[in-house]
Amino acid sequence: MQVSFKVRRFDPEAGKPPYYDQYTLDVPDYFTVLDALLQVRDEVDGSLALRCSCRSAICGSCAMHINGHAHLACKSRIQNFASKTGEIVVEPMGNMPVIKDLVVEMKPFWSKVQAVTPWLIPEGPPPQREYVVPNSAMLELAGVMNCIMCGCCVSDCTVLTVDKSFLAPAALAKAYRFVADPRDGVSEERLRELSKRSGIWDCTRCFECVQQCPKNVAPMERILALRAKAMEVGFTNNIGSRHSESIARSVKHSGWLDELRVPIESAGLFNIKALIGYIPVGFRALVKGKVPPIIHRPRPGADSVKRIFEKLEVRK
Amino acid sequence: MKYAFYPGCVSKGGCPELYTSTTAVAQKLGLELVELKEAACTGAGVLNEKNPELADTLNARTFAMAERLGLPIMTICSTCQGVMTQTNHKLQSDKSYLAKVNSNLAGEGFEYKGGTLIKHLLWILVEDMGLEKLKTLVSRPLKGLKVAPFYGCYILRPSSVLGYDEHPARMTYIEQVVSILGGESVDYTGKTKCCGFPILTINERNSVAMVGDHTIEAKSKGADCMVTPCPLCHLNLDGYQPKASAQKGAKIDLPVLHLPQLIGLAMGFEPKALGLQRHIVSARGVIAKVAT
Repeated sequence: MQVSFKVRRFDPEAGKPPYYDQYTLDVPDYFTVLDALLQVRDEVDGSLALRCSCRSAICGSCAMHINGHAHLACKSRIQNFASKTGEIVVEPMGNMPVIKDLVVEMKPFWSKVQAVTPWLIPEGPPPQREYVVPNSAMLELAGVMNCIMCGCCVSDCTVLTVDKSFLAPAALAKAYRFVADPRDGVSEERLRELSKRSGIWDCTRCFECVQQCPKNVAPMERILALRAKAMEVGFTNNIGSRHSESIARSVKHSGWLDELRVPIESAGLFNIKALIGYIPVGFRALVKGKVPPIIHRPRPGADSVKRIFEKLEVRK
Repeated sequence: MKYAFYPGCVSKGGCPELYTSTTAVAQKLGLELVELKEAACTGAGVLNEKNPELADTLNARTFAMAERLGLPIMTICSTCQGVMTQTNHKLQSDKSYLAKVNSNLAGEGFEYKGGTLIKHLLWILVEDMGLEKLKTLVSRPLKGLKVAPFYGCYILRPSSVLGYDEHPARMTYIEQVVSILGGESVDYTGKTKCCGFPILTINERNSVAMVGDHTIEAKSKGADCMVTPCPLCHLNLDGYQPKASAQKGAKIDLPVLHLPQLIGLAMGFEPKALGLQRHIVSARGVIAKVAT
């Protein structure tokens, strides 16, 4: 099939802004984007820079943007990506500085992974023989241990785009891997750190990382599991945790969300600065008639909702 | 066509204009809506953080209500749609979990057999009703109006659970609707990104930065307005646009319409009947452009 690759080029040493090159190739249907790019490099333009190694979706080197989203080039068949006109757009990953063409700087990525202390810290001296842990606990971890550190999740993380300090999905999934490991002795300390600014509560739950991960690690699901564990061990004195509690309380008592109460309870009743910050927004909404009912009445059927809460909360 | 209507919390709270415009437009479209008045909040993805079984049980209760009526559910919120679809997927693909959830519901007189279909109004328009029918109802084409679609995360991802393998064209439904209404869609990278609403109370700076990025990008591509099938996106993109404007140091002024409002305009409804006067960012420019 004939495919036209539109590839973003950038060489900081050349002193020119980024530009796009177009390469049209006749390639077999089964080719991957990586196969095609390597053909470009070998036969058409030897100056094209890209990273790759195993070609089997194991090493995690060839992540790049293909049609605007992060994918492993070696796992992406051209027939699944070519547009009706036979075009595929290839660009470097997002959220990372570009070194040259499709090669990005991974140092910020690794420094975030390092920041979560990505190794096991067992409690007390090691046992005489091997650690014995339940199989179910390790099965739970198997999914997250599939991470190959390719950076796809970080590339498309919508929070990282607006806040470089966010720990981002790969590092947080790695943190979960140790928090949930029954052999780890410092899970509580880990959760305390992760509950701070730039940690678990700053994730916006956009599912980009779940969508893009080529290994089904589902980093966002791990972040949510970390939130649950953090609340369980009592790290509840933070805005994220109060937000979660407030929504649950509201649904429990009335069957639906009390939109006026949730932001106030989340900020904290004595967080004067945040509460004052709500005034202009609230005022604008009031003027336009966009304010939820001041008296939040229970929905019909709220009693039934409450009973379900009581039943399942007790069991937890 | 008859649906069990799940209006969600926001159309009954911070976005009453969504409820009004939906019911007005639905009537003209020939959609008969039976409102699920006793249904609970989906949990908006937050309840399942702490207690997934509880959130799934509340949603299964809603599905059972629709099942009893023998009707598919119609949602008008990307977040409700996403949370419900994910729960339904979980229940339908794990019979023992479904049984466990049903045992939680037993005392409440509900049982979910697993057969409820859940569809956003956007999907209903294209898949159940057909755009040709919609075309026949357009009396005031949105000629010359440039519209930036904003989908909302939960109606898009995870795409495998949300039916995109069977319906790949769902990626372009807003664009298709805009085109049938006589308008022109503006393409921009932000249309499938996050509006920032879920972290609004947790990290307002980041949330508002997302609002600024997407509205400014859409505007730079020539958009006269945005349209969204998600009232949570609307609350942030419209309500926090003044703050985004201040943060970015740029005047934005991009009206953000709910999907049924845009449809209603093209169907000839009076802007007031659609609640267009209720937005934080005035929609006057859009109304004027459509009127000419």
